[in-house]
Amino acid sequence: MLGRTAASLYWMSRYIERAENIARLTEVGYRISLTPDIGIGHREDWKSTLIAAGSYEAYVERHNEIKPEKVKHFLLFDRDNPSSVRSCLETARNNARAVRTALTREMWEALNSTYIDFASVRPADLGSGKLPEFLDWVRQRSALFRGSMLGTLLRDEGFHFSQLGAFIERADNTARILDVKYYVLLPTNETVGGDIDAFQWETILRSVSAHRSYRHVYKDRYRPWNVAEFLILRPEMPRSFCFCYGWIERSLEGMSEIIGKKTASHTEASSILNDLKTIPMDAIFQSGLHEFLTEFLKRNNAVSAHIANDFHFL
Amino acid sequence: MNTQASAKNTGSNKEAPAFFDEMRSADGSIRPAYRKIADWMGQQSRGGMARKQEEADAIFRRLGITFAVYGDNASNERLIPFDLIPRVIAAQEWRFLERGIEQRVRALNLFLYDIYHRQEIIRAGRIPADLVVGNEAFLPQMMGFDPPGKIYSHIVGTDIVRTGENAFFVLEDNLRTPSGVSYMLEDREAMMHLFPELFAAHRVAPVERYPEMLRQTLESVAPPSCKSDPTLAVLTPGIYNSAYFEHSFLADQMGVELVQGSDLFIENGALYMRTVTGKERIDVLYRRVDDSYLDPLAFRSDSTLGVPGLFDLYRAGGVTIVNAPGTGIADDKAVYAYVPDIIEFYTGEKPILSNVPTYRCSIADECNHVLNNLSQLVVKEVHGSGGYGMLIGPHATKAQLGEFEKKIKARPSNYIAQPTLNLSTCPSNVGAGSAPRHVDLRPFVLVGDKIRITPGGLTRVALKKGSLVVNSSQGGGTKDTWVLED
Repeated sequence: MLGRTAASLYWMSRYIERAENIARLTEVGYRISLTPDIGIGHREDWKSTLIAAGSYEAYVERHNEIKPEKVKHFLLFDRDNPSSVRSCLETARNNARAVRTALTREMWEALNSTYIDFASVRPADLGSGKLPEFLDWVRQRSALFRGSMLGTLLRDEGFHFSQLGAFIERADNTARILDVKYYVLLPTNETVGGDIDAFQWETILRSVSAHRSYRHVYKDRYRPWNVAEFLILRPEMPRSFCFCYGWIERSLEGMSEIIGKKTASHTEASSILNDLKTIPMDAIFQSGLHEFLTEFLKRNNAVSAHIANDFHFL
Repeated sequence: MNTQASAKNTGSNKEAPAFFDEMRSADGSIRPAYRKIADWMGQQSRGGMARKQEEADAIFRRLGITFAVYGDNASNERLIPFDLIPRVIAAQEWRFLERGIEQRVRALNLFLYDIYHRQEIIRAGRIPADLVVGNEAFLPQMMGFDPPGKIYSHIVGTDIVRTGENAFFVLEDNLRTPSGVSYMLEDREAMMHLFPELFAAHRVAPVERYPEMLRQTLESVAPPSCKSDPTLAVLTPGIYNSAYFEHSFLADQMGVELVQGSDLFIENGALYMRTVTGKERIDVLYRRVDDSYLDPLAFRSDSTLGVPGLFDLYRAGGVTIVNAPGTGIADDKAVYAYVPDIIEFYTGEKPILSNVPTYRCSIADECNHVLNNLSQLVVKEVHGSGGYGMLIGPHATKAQLGEFEKKIKARPSNYIAQPTLNLSTCPSNVGAGSAPRHVDLRPFVLVGDKIRITPGGLTRVALKKGSLVVNSSQGGGTKDTWVLED
């Protein structure tokens, strides 16, 4: 497989995953904007949505105030925002076009028809409550693509690179959501513990579609350390660091087998996975949740850079 | 004068051009090859056809079978309209075409070998030296080099038009990087999906073997340095090229890599592609990049689409480039007028397929004739392609005629002219039922260890009523093309 093909598969998957995550974050932002003002603080939520989406700097460069309509447009439709859902779908499709031969017809059709249908959506049509339906649609299309891939793609190099792109992106996204809200998760803040906090915790879980599975796992009300543990260390939670790194490690191991030696990216991913499996939540809180998340984001980026280098992405 | 008078007498000034209708004879009866198609057309409801048309468009769009139109910013990916009614060629008609095409392609490859070696045809005075060696399409760098099998143009698309029962003309020989074969294949796929019952009722010669034949052709011209099974690759300029879909389609169908210049490098006398595991050698490169962009060291130095050193490696026998660089000289529009001579010179036979009569503006007498009859002629730029920079006299405005007159006078050798051809018509689906529309035909020829011609080819159809321009860039569509087996 060409290095460029591997790179395109990797970025195609990253951008589809990102489109889905941006849709989730926007949905949460929208929900919050519908809830009554129950205290100070949470009106800043569009700002934290932008930060979690990694688009805050790009937004303030172009707009001098945070207005819900502008933020929504920026996150969903703005071509100047490389992480808007529109930009993500376009970038994903361009990458897919460049490697048509490495995709199955079903994968291509899932992506291409999403792109075509998205192009016909007019932002003006999404007023008066149509937004959630649209965001649902984005998530469904992402799920369709992933389903097509899992159901039809040969389990060879192409599959590994698609998996790597998706899980590196997902791990990055979960880490950024946590980092934006880390202060409400700190155990010392528990004295606050009021309605706003409970609401914030639910928000975090909702943005990774985990507010119900949390209850199945913990059988308890939302508690900040549980929320953090759920998203970082729980291997059964499909958006947790530990889950993502399980798959990243597996795919890199597959690639090491194919090329006959252990790559730098594989070594680094194994070490991250091992850390996630052994570190207790207490230790993370003691050394500082924010510091832990910053370090994780750095290591996740390093794995991405190693992958590009190990497999000749150019 | 008489005709004009009689036209006045009958109260009509309409010059009824005798277009050859491929389905109906002059007396209105249906030609044998179209009988079942005509019955089938009679059974289709307008709504039914409209639904099938929508279904077909959806298939093509979903598969991403689009092409980019240069200069069209509004929608840079468009569908080529697909016409639901197949074009049918009878078995004996096809046998005639096949013989003619094979003869022509063989002769043109011999011509290329000759002009890049001893130039016997020039010495014999059958073609002016200046027209060949002074031509932009002539590549002096190819002189004295023997490509594997002495083949230059491996993949050929011969454009043919029909004007009567037995009147077929070759309009153009596309010997560089002809495109359209993916449409031939996808049109067939779509038709079999939409109207399986039609295939059950006919014996249609299959076209599906094309990718396999292309693979065999490419493998048969591996370079001398290749000692095992040759590795093939398709070289594309990238996703923004108008024919990108076809490049990826062909690579996929052959099961080979689709590469760009940036994927390739040359090391120790071999061409390699960068892979996730390191590198892999390429023996035969089917390039869909123009000559001038192939190698910045040999041709355009600003090209980033090719590979530095590729041409030297080719000449040293380290890789085969398909089609060979320099084939453009044989499909140059100025050389076209000499193709009948070329066929006779190399094969000793009379051409089976005729040329369209062609006036060369480089010759003073012929140029005057062109200028005096501009409104009845089609004028083409010698180096233009795809219907760009072309004048259709009978359909041109005064201003357009004036503009071309100036252009021709300024650079006569840049133009040729041909009479407007009465392209045959085929029934086409036009929304309000079916109506005759003008068509041409591009059969695809593969030249390797032997010559392989896929039955049929791509039929392009001018969907605008009365239009004679079939180019996709000018609103043309395509049809599935059937060669019926006996």
